[in-house]
Amino acid sequence: MRPPELITAPLPAARDAASGADDLVDAAARARAYAQRRRNIQIARVSVAVVFLAAWEILTQLEIADVFFFGQPSGIINQIWRWVTRGTAQGALWEQIAVTLEETILGFLIGVVLGVVLGVLLGRNRDLADVFGPYIKAANSMPRVVLGSIFIIWFGLGLPSKVALAVVLVFFVVFFNAFQGVREVDRNLIANARILGASPRRVTSDVIIPSALSWIIASLHTSFGFALVGAVVGEYLGAIKGLGLMIATAQNTFNPNGVFGAMFILAAVALLAEAGVTALENRLIRWRPNVITDVTL
Amino acid sequence: MVVSGGTPSIELRGVYKRFATPTGAPFTALRDLTLSVRQGEFCAIVGPTGCGKSTTLALISGLEPPSAGRVEVLGRPVTGIVPETGYVFQTDAVFPWKSVLDNVAAGPLFRGVARSAARARAKDWIQRVGLAGFEHHYPHQLSGGMRKRVALAQTLINNPRVILMDEPFSALDVQTRTLMENELLALWSATSASVVFVTHDLEEAIALADRVVVLTAGPATIKGIYSVDLPRPRNVAEVRFDPRFADIYQEIWADLREEVLVSYERNKRNAAA
Repeated sequence: MRPPELITAPLPAARDAASGADDLVDAAARARAYAQRRRNIQIARVSVAVVFLAAWEILTQLEIADVFFFGQPSGIINQIWRWVTRGTAQGALWEQIAVTLEETILGFLIGVVLGVVLGVLLGRNRDLADVFGPYIKAANSMPRVVLGSIFIIWFGLGLPSKVALAVVLVFFVVFFNAFQGVREVDRNLIANARILGASPRRVTSDVIIPSALSWIIASLHTSFGFALVGAVVGEYLGAIKGLGLMIATAQNTFNPNGVFGAMFILAAVALLAEAGVTALENRLIRWRPNVITDVTL
Repeated sequence: MVVSGGTPSIELRGVYKRFATPTGAPFTALRDLTLSVRQGEFCAIVGPTGCGKSTTLALISGLEPPSAGRVEVLGRPVTGIVPETGYVFQTDAVFPWKSVLDNVAAGPLFRGVARSAARARAKDWIQRVGLAGFEHHYPHQLSGGMRKRVALAQTLINNPRVILMDEPFSALDVQTRTLMENELLALWSATSASVVFVTHDLEEAIALADRVVVLTAGPATIKGIYSVDLPRPRNVAEVRFDPRFADIYQEIWADLREEVLVSYERNKRNAAA
């Protein structure tokens, strides 16, 4: 990570190279300004949530919005608390989360591996790309959620059908990014590696893959979310356990607080996973200049 | 000192190079090009922008095959990448995800040298190009001049007998450029390698080379070949004030000017069309 004074925009005042002491003062002032800005952002963020939830609560309390359709923040908190303390209709809450996470992570890993391998293969081989390109595009244009029903018929109500749906959702995102990443590799870098003596295999491992890695990792941010969607939709369509099933159950019993409660749990899981992908990104592409610094979205 | 000895290390005979443009129409980059570079000679190629100078290097290195004619390096016809060549590219071609040390060690590693031996050699070359202490930096942490030094070390570590350079210093500021040119001459003089140095800067060509080849506006062929009989070792910053330098410059410029004008008019017409 860079020291904070490099992240903030440089001060407009012309800086005299000789005045080292002034530089130190500047650096300290900029560090303070940076910390101040971070604090303000945090406060603003929390305020947005507070205002939103308060408005929701008040509108439903005053019966301007119907609790039956919109739920109620206090009811949602109660619902989550009941799940935590007394468990859900399908068993303990942590068990539902664990099941959904297991499906998500398995689907994510299988989809990423398939996407990267096929993306690099087709990106490297023009003939393969030209033959299979139209089929992959056709498959991609199909709404994949409808596959969920077929997967339940094929693989049953258990884990495999959810993993399969997560895989097809993840695969295309990663595949197209890996493919594009390979296509965008600087021709000069490939020429340089070849002249330096690299075999085609070394060109792939030492130039193509590292170069495509920033594309591939960018796709991991979205594709983990897709894996979660795949698992939850799969559960929603038919399952024995999982957060998706909790949503389906809540919906069938006309319990909007249950739907929103499960959604909040999902959002928390997704945010944690996102932080994990960002940490992985920082480890894998350390060589890249830090252009994006304090924009955490 | 004009390098003596007759054995050619690079020979191009009646070489043509045509490319298919995206519309399918053929584009001729090189036309009946014949050129021979002696062992240990420093040969500069000048010509108007886009005339096919880089294409010539791509043919010699084996990156591209000629459409017609013969290309020979070290007495053997070129059929693929020639292992004895080194190539310094115009734009940055060092690997941004490798540290300086791994960048310089890349050549030997690709060629099957053991990791420890490759790293030891790389350390030595990093020292020689004046980058000691920067072994673990990544390219984006270095200045343009320093990245060029990495590129030079990366190329020279393979002990190439033919060094191809495609406007390697054109992106550098004038001071850094002069520094790098002197450094290149020093490094080259310690080898017996032949150099083909492509540039659009006539001053640079004369200051560095034993011979300057002028190409015509595309499709490129040889317009003229001039010997540069300035004494070596040369200091690039000072050799420009040699009265002989001015004479040579004038002689070559008369030739080059015509081609630059042809190319300029053509570009203007294309832009207007």
